[in-house]
Amino acid sequence: MEEPLKNNISGTFKRGATVGTVALGAMALLLTGCGQAPAPAGGGGSTSGNAAAANYLGCIVSDAGGFDDQSFNQSSYEGMKKTVTDVGIKMKEAQSSTKSDYEPNLNQMANAGCNLTFTVGFLLADATKKVAAANTDLHFAIIDDNSIKAPNVKPVVYDTAQAAFMAGYTAASVSKTGKVGTFGGINIPTVTIFMDGFAEGVAYYNKQQSKDVKVLGWNVDTQQGLFANTFDIIQEGTKATNNLIGDGADVVMPVAGPLGKGAGDAILAANKDGKDVKLVWVDSDGYLTAPTYKSILLTSVVKTMGEAVETIVKDDLAGKFDPAPYIGTLDNGGVALAPFHDLDSAVSADTKSQLDTIKKGIIDGSIKVPSKSSPK
Amino acid sequence: MSETQTVKEPTPPAKESQGSQVFREIMSGSAMISVLAVFVALVIGGILIAVTDPRVSASSGYFFADPGATLSAVWSAVSEAYGALWRGATYDPTARTWQGQLGIFETLTFATPLILSGLAVTLAFRAGLFNIGAQGQILLGATFAGIIGFQMQLPPVIHLLAVILAGAIGGAIWGGIAGFLKARTGAHEVIVTIMLNYIAVSLVLYLLKNQLKAPGSTNPISAQMHDTALFPLLLGPNFRLNAGFILAILAVIVVAWLLNRSTLGFEYRAIGANPKAARTAGMLVSRGYTTVMLISGALAGLAGVAQIAGTEKTLDSDIAGSIGFDAITVALLGRSKPWGTFFAALLFGAFKAGGTSMAVNADVSIDIVAVVQSLIVLFIAAPPLIRSIFRIKAVRREGASA
Repeated sequence: MEEPLKNNISGTFKRGATVGTVALGAMALLLTGCGQAPAPAGGGGSTSGNAAAANYLGCIVSDAGGFDDQSFNQSSYEGMKKTVTDVGIKMKEAQSSTKSDYEPNLNQMANAGCNLTFTVGFLLADATKKVAAANTDLHFAIIDDNSIKAPNVKPVVYDTAQAAFMAGYTAASVSKTGKVGTFGGINIPTVTIFMDGFAEGVAYYNKQQSKDVKVLGWNVDTQQGLFANTFDIIQEGTKATNNLIGDGADVVMPVAGPLGKGAGDAILAANKDGKDVKLVWVDSDGYLTAPTYKSILLTSVVKTMGEAVETIVKDDLAGKFDPAPYIGTLDNGGVALAPFHDLDSAVSADTKSQLDTIKKGIIDGSIKVPSKSSPK
Repeated sequence: MSETQTVKEPTPPAKESQGSQVFREIMSGSAMISVLAVFVALVIGGILIAVTDPRVSASSGYFFADPGATLSAVWSAVSEAYGALWRGATYDPTARTWQGQLGIFETLTFATPLILSGLAVTLAFRAGLFNIGAQGQILLGATFAGIIGFQMQLPPVIHLLAVILAGAIGGAIWGGIAGFLKARTGAHEVIVTIMLNYIAVSLVLYLLKNQLKAPGSTNPISAQMHDTALFPLLLGPNFRLNAGFILAILAVIVVAWLLNRSTLGFEYRAIGANPKAARTAGMLVSRGYTTVMLISGALAGLAGVAQIAGTEKTLDSDIAGSIGFDAITVALLGRSKPWGTFFAALLFGAFKAGGTSMAVNADVSIDIVAVVQSLIVLFIAAPPLIRSIFRIKAVRREGASA
């Protein structure tokens, strides 16, 4: 059946390949364009959400990283998208490419009448403060900043040090060289809070297990360490990671947004040359957001921004908006240590049970994770 | 001595090099080309909006059953997007507050630094120099202006004037370095200015982490400018439009006078048209290169002042945004004429103000604006480039420019 047809077609088209291409293209167009027109929709529309939700406009403005930064912009954005599906609200979004975009973007959201606007990142603090003051009837929530005190602005901050502490403990327990490393994008509190927690987790391991695992790239006392001084140039992450590996680190935690990819690449290359280095991802679960590095991914220090976004929208929708800061902790699940996934066998059962104890200890306050950058 | 080093072209020098000829053609087309370039870029942008629109792709599935549905989906996608762009840039009756409705003032606000930095590129263009370094000059201008603005206490008016002067000096130093190197060593200004852009960012970041950091802050952002150092708002606190816009208009008038009426401007144009002929005519080409880059840098520095003393109020390493590069497009679109640059900057300001509205209200990515802007550059720069690549003789219309 198929053979003669094929011959026939190729015979016909042999003379002019161009003709064939054009004909095929036209056929493709015919085929794709041949669907049935839908019957006119019979009123109603989306009836899933309640009427209040359908009229509710939730908005989000990114910082210069954009919504595809595999970091906090992305997780907040996905949280917003999920809220749209779950609750049935409407949504508007605006990406900023530079600092000068923040205020115009926010103004545009206010113009559109957004009931609640999320601004992602401390960089938007000034713009949020100003636009919120000019639009007192609208609500705002700013992620990773706790500087604004206004009746219509809710700060959303994370005590990331708590989860990073657990990551540091895990890293120290799997290190064979006795050295673990970390580096940051820029020396700012939202970055160094990870590094504080990580270093203190290692110190706690040393104390508990009488070991002497060293932390490269960060000194809690001086608050100085290794920084790429960028959140954009991925190669700088590779460079910093190579330095850490060169100094003997076999677990590396990059705290620099997209530079984590550079770190992952450096580790994959080093492991090909016989090293055995592992990666700790931050912000989101790297196993899901950066699957390229599955094979070297020990764990991730997760800020669950999506949940916070959804909670705040639901509260606001129910008329329960309050400007008290939301602080993500291990207790409320705002921060967490991700599962070990493929490297589960690398972490001993002892360590796992110790991690459970540590988590309980941090939650009940018997283990303190002091960081200068912790939200107060 | 230095003069002979500047000239690197092979003898005989009768025919100007391919590169500078292309360069001159790009810079001297007629205003009609600019208008058509904008128009065609908008049309292609519209096509992109249509093909990426979910309603269009849904209705094209049954195009042959109901072609009208596809066409109306295309129409509503494109008209909504460009409608939102237009309303956001001019007047938007759908906005919630009356301040929000008057987008035209946002357009003027966005246009202010573009006018000043566009003039910087334009002036250098006319002297035959391609100043890619507006970005770095803006940064240095903003930094110098900031040092006066947030670290010093001065009486009102004098403070602002000092800020403006400092910004111009900062930009002039950065531009002047490139001009001086070009004049002394023949170092190509494109390479030097691009490198200086990187140095400027690193320098500003270094200063922001040490000397200029806001007290008590850990972020690489400076303190706020003192109120006396800020441009007064022209229309009250509801609008961002400030006196920087007036400074920009003054700059257009001064540059127009400088280029068309002054001896210095004549010298620059002569050097731009043919440096060898200018030298034969007794002009000091090397001095021309240095001074034009000083003035060009000062203009870009003023754009930095417009940013820091106008809209931004604090210094950070990102204060120049993409202004320094947009300035090149603005100067191209303005055919490197002062008033042409002014109107091109207004158009780009409108794109910026309207682009936000388009992204928010029509759900069209603001990247479409970047695509349209890039297409404009392509359509202006491509014809002479393609002619030169394929050695097609253009119909020469001598004296068509000027």
